[in-house]
Amino acid sequence: MFNIVAEIVRGLFTTLKHATHEPVTIQYPEIKRPVRYRFKGRHELKRYDNGLEKCIGCALCAAACPADAIFVEASENTDEERYSPGERYSSTYEINMLRCIFCGYCEDACPTEAIVLEDKYELSFVDRESAIYTKEMLIVDVPINGISTPQQVEPGAFDRSIPDMEDPK
Amino acid sequence: MTPGQLALRTLLVGFIITFTVITGFAYTTLLERKLLALLQVRVGPNRAGYIPIPRRGKSELKLLGGVMQPAADAVKLFFKEDPTPAMVEKVTYNLAPALTVIPAILILAVIPWAGPMKIFVSEFTPYFAIAPGLNIAVLFILAVTSISVYGVVLAGWASNSKYAILGGIRASAQMISYELALGLTVLIPIMLADSMDLGDIVMAQQGPLGPIHWFVFRQPLAALVFYIAVLAELQRAPFDLLEAEQELSAGFNVEYAGMRFGMFFMAEYMKMISFSAITAVFFFGGYDGPFVQQVPALGFLYMIGKIFISLCLMIWLRASTPRYRYDQLMALGWKVLFPISVFNFILVAVFIILHQEGLLNFLPAFLLGG
Repeated sequence: MFNIVAEIVRGLFTTLKHATHEPVTIQYPEIKRPVRYRFKGRHELKRYDNGLEKCIGCALCAAACPADAIFVEASENTDEERYSPGERYSSTYEINMLRCIFCGYCEDACPTEAIVLEDKYELSFVDRESAIYTKEMLIVDVPINGISTPQQVEPGAFDRSIPDMEDPK
Repeated sequence: MTPGQLALRTLLVGFIITFTVITGFAYTTLLERKLLALLQVRVGPNRAGYIPIPRRGKSELKLLGGVMQPAADAVKLFFKEDPTPAMVEKVTYNLAPALTVIPAILILAVIPWAGPMKIFVSEFTPYFAIAPGLNIAVLFILAVTSISVYGVVLAGWASNSKYAILGGIRASAQMISYELALGLTVLIPIMLADSMDLGDIVMAQQGPLGPIHWFVFRQPLAALVFYIAVLAELQRAPFDLLEAEQELSAGFNVEYAGMRFGMFFMAEYMKMISFSAITAVFFFGGYDGPFVQQVPALGFLYMIGKIFISLCLMIWLRASTPRYRYDQLMALGWKVLFPISVFNFILVAVFIILHQEGLLNFLPAFLLGG
């Protein structure tokens, strides 16, 4: 009996000790904790340093996607209107965020490392239409010193269907 | 005073006290959430209704974060869908929330909030309460709190759900077991004060030496047993096993939603307040405190302060103690608290007789009281 009371009193003082600690809560909308290195958040379509898009519209990501969330429509590049260093580029690139399971298979499948699951995780929407993220929403900004797509390039500068991984030209 | 004036005054005072305590109930929920958060190294509700104070160079300071949280909770509960499950016993199902919340409010009728005073033309003698001078006040409290067992049992039974019925059965067994210890310890202040009137019990605890006359210092064991029994009667932690979330999801109120659930919630917190008030009256001198004879209005402050301390203790216990198992609860009730209270009761009775026979005159007078 005495033992029970002593233990309860000890428990009371343990909680009291904790009352002096600083709260561990992070005030979320104001303070955002950085995500982990391998966090899989919203996709981003990357660019090369010169501004060309890495995506060549091969649709391997769409093929790899187990949830069938990705839709890619490719078009031909021309030297007057060049989007990517390859033969083709994605004229339409849509990811349905209601279907996406953030497995990262698209990232693995991509031959040019164009699609990367990055750190953005605030993906709420109020209707089904806004669940579809288009290419404009997914693609990153043109880097400094880069030129926005479509670029006009000299004929014959890009001759590979799948470009080298390093910065082309 | 004519009976009409008396009725009007009772109505008015009852209205004021009831609404004050209902507001107090709302803020008890906030107190509980904030205090639990403090003890669990969290922040607690801090979004609803803060006072923004701009600071130069820094983000604005948010003062009193969460003061409107009870209002937000109430609005949410009122606008929630309130479905009635198909197979319930309709009449009892609807009756049960009222049957738990009404006794919880009724207890307030007899609690003395301050000493004798005069407000406008109305004289509050012998003390300030909704029904001052009720000579069976203690009996009234015990009777009324017993009724709230029915609310719990009927809610469990009418819900036609196994979780609810298990919770209801546990609740009834627990409340009936602990009512014994509660009743027997309540007898001790009654014997010491020689009255069932709560005002007389408070007055018996007043004396020239101040708080040393309070029954908690004269009968510490009875006070401890009483408080434990109160916790069990309130189904507060560590005796909250009828609401054991892990086993019963929510216990007897599992089939209730919206404001009908809110009424159970309200009953629990109202009973916390009223039982804190009763504990204060029985063992902590009620509205007694320094200078209360000169300024009777101080009684309100002392009473509220004592209730606040008791509420904080309940919340602190909830944050600290694990839940009792059902057999442990029964064992504690029947094998520990009940014998202690019987023994204590007999002891006090014998000592009172000895005192009346003049055989204990060598003891200091305050130990024996009036």
